[in-house]
Amino acid sequence: MTEQLDAGLVAGEIAEHPDALSKPYAGGELGRGRRRKEDAKLVTGQTNWTDNITLPGLLHMTVLRSPMAHARIVSVDVSAALELPGVIAAYSGADLADVQGALPCAWPVTAEMVHPDHPPLAVDEVRYVGDGVAVVVARDRYTAVDALEAIAVEYEQLPAVVDMEAAIAEGADLVHGDKGTNTCFRWPFASGDNYAETVAAAGDDAVVVKRRFRQQRLLPTAIEPRGVVVAPIAAADEYTVYSATQIPHILRVMLALVTGIGEHKIRVIAPDVGGGFGSKLNVYAEEVLALVVAKKLGRPIKWTESRSENYQATIHGRDQIQDIEIAATRDGTLLGLKVELLADMGAYLQLITPGIPILGAFMYPAIYKMKAYDFHCTGVFTTKTPTDAYRGAGRPEATYAIERIMDELAAELGRDPMDLRKQNWIRHEEFPYDMVAGLTYDSGNYEAATEKAEQMFDLAGLRAEQERRRGDNDPMLLGIGISTFTEMCGLAPSRVLGSLSYGAGGWEAAQIRMLPTGKVEVTSGATPHGQGHHTAWSQIVADALGVPFEDVEVVTGDTDSSPKGMDTYGSRSLVVGGIAIHKATGKVLEKAKRIAAHLLEAAEGDVEFSGGTFSVKGSPEATMTIQQVALATFAAHNLPDGMEPTLDSDYVYDPENFSYPHGTHLCAVEIDSETGFTTIRKYVCVDDIGRIVNPVIVEGQVHGGIAQGIAQALYEEAVHDAEGNLTTGSLVDYLVPAAPDLPHFDTGRTETPSTSNPLGVKGVGEAGTIASTPAVMNAIHDALRPFGVRDIAMPATPERVWRALRHDDGTPRDASGTVAYGGPSTNATSGGTS
Amino acid sequence: MRVRMKVDGVVYEDEVEPRTLLTHHLRDGLGRVGTPIGCDTSNCGSCTLLVDGESVKSCSVLAVQADGTEITTIQGLAEGSTWHPVQKAFQEHHGLQCGYCTPGMILAAVDLLSHNPDPTEDEVRHGLEGNLCRCTGYQNIVKSVLSAASEMRGDGPLPGSFQDAPAESHETAGASS
Repeated sequence: MTEQLDAGLVAGEIAEHPDALSKPYAGGELGRGRRRKEDAKLVTGQTNWTDNITLPGLLHMTVLRSPMAHARIVSVDVSAALELPGVIAAYSGADLADVQGALPCAWPVTAEMVHPDHPPLAVDEVRYVGDGVAVVVARDRYTAVDALEAIAVEYEQLPAVVDMEAAIAEGADLVHGDKGTNTCFRWPFASGDNYAETVAAAGDDAVVVKRRFRQQRLLPTAIEPRGVVVAPIAAADEYTVYSATQIPHILRVMLALVTGIGEHKIRVIAPDVGGGFGSKLNVYAEEVLALVVAKKLGRPIKWTESRSENYQATIHGRDQIQDIEIAATRDGTLLGLKVELLADMGAYLQLITPGIPILGAFMYPAIYKMKAYDFHCTGVFTTKTPTDAYRGAGRPEATYAIERIMDELAAELGRDPMDLRKQNWIRHEEFPYDMVAGLTYDSGNYEAATEKAEQMFDLAGLRAEQERRRGDNDPMLLGIGISTFTEMCGLAPSRVLGSLSYGAGGWEAAQIRMLPTGKVEVTSGATPHGQGHHTAWSQIVADALGVPFEDVEVVTGDTDSSPKGMDTYGSRSLVVGGIAIHKATGKVLEKAKRIAAHLLEAAEGDVEFSGGTFSVKGSPEATMTIQQVALATFAAHNLPDGMEPTLDSDYVYDPENFSYPHGTHLCAVEIDSETGFTTIRKYVCVDDIGRIVNPVIVEGQVHGGIAQGIAQALYEEAVHDAEGNLTTGSLVDYLVPAAPDLPHFDTGRTETPSTSNPLGVKGVGEAGTIASTPAVMNAIHDALRPFGVRDIAMPATPERVWRALRHDDGTPRDASGTVAYGGPSTNATSGGTS
Repeated sequence: MRVRMKVDGVVYEDEVEPRTLLTHHLRDGLGRVGTPIGCDTSNCGSCTLLVDGESVKSCSVLAVQADGTEITTIQGLAEGSTWHPVQKAFQEHHGLQCGYCTPGMILAAVDLLSHNPDPTEDEVRHGLEGNLCRCTGYQNIVKSVLSAASEMRGDGPLPGSFQDAPAESHETAGASS
C-alpha cells in the first residue's frame, strides 16, 4: 500500500517525521474516561479569557448604571467626563438613540404578548437598578471608571414595581406606562382530560392537595463575569466581536439585526469562556454598545463586567410563584394536575425570557401517569433585572413543584412517598409513553435507577433510624428526601420550537475535515464554556472513523472557522451537536468507502470498514486505512470518475424528539432543632442519561449540577427591597456555597439508551440542578413534618427553619404528628400554605 | 510610585499609580494574564497567587504593597514543562471544568499543602473556603488536592479518575427489573 500512496505524492522528496502520520486506532473510545484536552491550558494559565485580549490602541468602555429601580431621565450631561484626561468619548442613551437599536427577544410566546422596546442604553426611563444610562470610553480601565463619576444625571423618581402579585392587581403602578398593563402574556395550556371534570367525576374518592411554592430569584454567578472586545476595520465596516458568550452564532445574527451591520461583516469569537449556566445565553446591551461605539470611533473597544455589575446587569434566574394542585383517588392513583404560575420577567424581555416558564409547562407531570393537566402562566413585568435561562430554565421549577407536592400528597394519604411514586410512574415496559402534557417519552427505567439508589442510600436503614430517633425525641431531626425526576433535553426539534413561536430552529451543525496526514479537524456549532466538548467530540470522531483520539482537533466558538451553529444550552450539545458530528462521520465514511473500493479494485459492496481500516471481503491482504484513503483523496490522482476530491463532510442535524434523562436522587439531612441549621448527611443519586461518552465528564456535570440545586435549596436568594434595590448585590451578600458548605455526593448510573438518536445519548448538563433542589427540600420537610410544618420557603436558611419549628410567640412546636409513613398523617390537610 | 517585584522568575520595575491593585498591575501592566478576576469584594479567590510563598488574593493588595516581593502566578508554577503535582492532580481528578477559578484554586491548594501536608477531606474543604467554584461542586477539587498531597508526601498520587484502557462494553439497565 505504501507504493500506492507514494505514487500519489512527490514520492520520497518529503522526509516524514515519525509523528506526522497516525498510529492505529486502539478502539473503545465511547464510554472511556479520557483526560480532558482542555485542561493543559487551564491549569497552566495559558487561557484566552475575553478580558485577556489586548489589541493595539485598545480603549476601555464603562457603563453608568441607574441607581434607581424606576425613574424618568430628565437629563444626562457627559461634558465634564469628556474634560478628563484620557477620556476619548462619552455617550448618553439619547446620543446613541439612532444607532443602538433594541435588544432582541426571540420568543414571543403569544401573538398578543406585550413586548416593550429595550434600548441598550435607556433613553427616557430607567426600569431597574443597573439599567445603563451612559457609556464612557477611555484609554485605560481606571480612567474609564473614574469618568463615570463625572457624568451628571437628573432623575425624576417613579414608583418601583417589585411584587408580582401587586403588579397585576387593579390600579398597580406600571413598569411600561405606555403599555397600560404589567401583564406581559397569559399562556393557557390544557392537555388530556378536563381537570375540573376529572376531579368532579371522582366525587368523594378524590383527594386534592394544594400548595403555593415560590421559586426565589437566583443570580447565575458564572465565575468569569461577562466581557466583550470589538475590533473594527472601520474603512471596510467589518468587525470582530470577542464575547464571553455561550452563543457566538446566535449573537452574530442578532448583532446584525440590531445594528444593521451586515451579518457577513461581523465575525463573532467566543474565546475561552468561564462558565455560563444560561447567563451567557443572551444578547446583551454591552455587546451592542461596544460594537456601535467601536464603529463610531473606529477603535477597538473592551468592556469587562465587574461582579457587582454582573449581579445587576446579567440576567437573573427563576422567580416564579407556583400555585399547584394535585388530585388523586384515595388509593393513591393520580387523576390530574393544575398549575397556576406567575413568572417574573423583570423590566424587559431578554432573548428568551418569556419562554422559560413555558419550557417548564411540559415538565410538571414529570414521570407520572395522569389523565388531566391544566396549566396557566402569567408573565409579569417588574422593575427588576430581566430574568432568563438559568441552568434548567423552567424545568427545575416544574420538577420542584411536582416532587414537593408528591410528598405532600403522600402525607395526606398516609403513604410512603416512594411507594406513591412507584404506584404512579411509567413502568419501563410502557415506553414509549405519550404523556398527558403532549410529549412522548422515548425510553426510561425508573425502577432500575430507584432500586440502585435505594441500595446505595440504604433507604430502609435510614427510615428505621428515623423512626427510632423520632421515638426518642432526638433534638437532631433526621429527614429523608426523594426526587425522582425527568427532564426534556436536546433542545430541540425545530418543528416543535416553531409550534411554540420560538424564533429559530433547534438543529446543530458539524463539519469533519480530513487532513492529508490523516489527522482530523472537527468543527461544531455547539460552543463550550467549560463542559469538555473538545474531549467528548474527539472521542465520538475517533470511535466513528477509527482514528486515534489524539489525532482529532476540535474547532469551536468562531463564526469564521465553525460558521454554523445554534450553540450551547438546554443540555443539547451531545444530544444534538454530538449527533451532528456522528452523522458527519457517516458521510466521510461513505465517500472514503467509495474511494477505497476504487483503489482496492473491489466492488463497493464488498468493502467493509472496521477500526479505521477498509478491507475487501474474501481478500484479507487488500486493506487500506482511512488515513491512506485521506492521503489518496488529497492527491486526487486516482479517484472514481466524477468524484469530488475530498472526504470533508457537513451535517446539520435536527432532532426528531427531545431526550428524557431521568434519575433518582436521595438526600438525608440532619437539622439541629435548637438552631435550625441544616446539614446534608448523605446525598446519593443514580442518573440515567442514556449512553455515556465520557463518564468522568458526566460525573463532573452531575456534581456541579447538584451543587447549584443545593444552593437554591439552602443558600441563595436575590433579595430586592421595597424600592427595588438588589440588597444581595455582591458576593458578600449573595451566598454562593464554598467547599465546606457542600457534602460529598455518591453518584451512580443506570443506562437506558435514548431510542431517538443513533448514539442513544440523552444529555446531562442540567440533571443535577433539576433533581437536587426538591431532594433537599423534601428531606427538610420530612424532618419537620411531625411538627406540622408544611412549607418552608427557599432558601431554607437556619432562621426560616428555626421559625418554622416555633409558634408565633417563639415557643417550640411539639412533634405531636410523630407518625411515620404507613399511618395517617395528623397534620397534612389540603389547601393553603403555612 | 516605583515598584519592583519578581514575578514568575522575572524582575520587573515599573511606575504605578498608588491605587493600582496588584492584580491589575500584573494583568494590564505586566501582561501576566494567567491570573483572572472574578469579583470585586475579595470573595471568589480567582485572583489568588503566592506572594513570598503565601497565598494572597491579588485584588485585595495594592501593587505598591507588593514592592520587593517575589510572586508566583499560575504561569510560573510549573518547572519548565513539568507541572506542579497540584496542577497534575487537577487534570487527573477532573478538578476543573471551565477553569476560571482554577489558577486561584491551585495556588490556594499549594499554600494549604505547604502548611498542612497531610490534610483530611474536611481540612481541604475548609482550607479552600475562600475560593469559589461554580462548576464542580468541589468534590473533584478536594480529591485533586488530597491526591497531590499524597504525591508530595512521597506516597504517590491517589488512583486517577481516568481510564487509560479502552472502555468496557456497555451494560444496559433497560430490559430487566
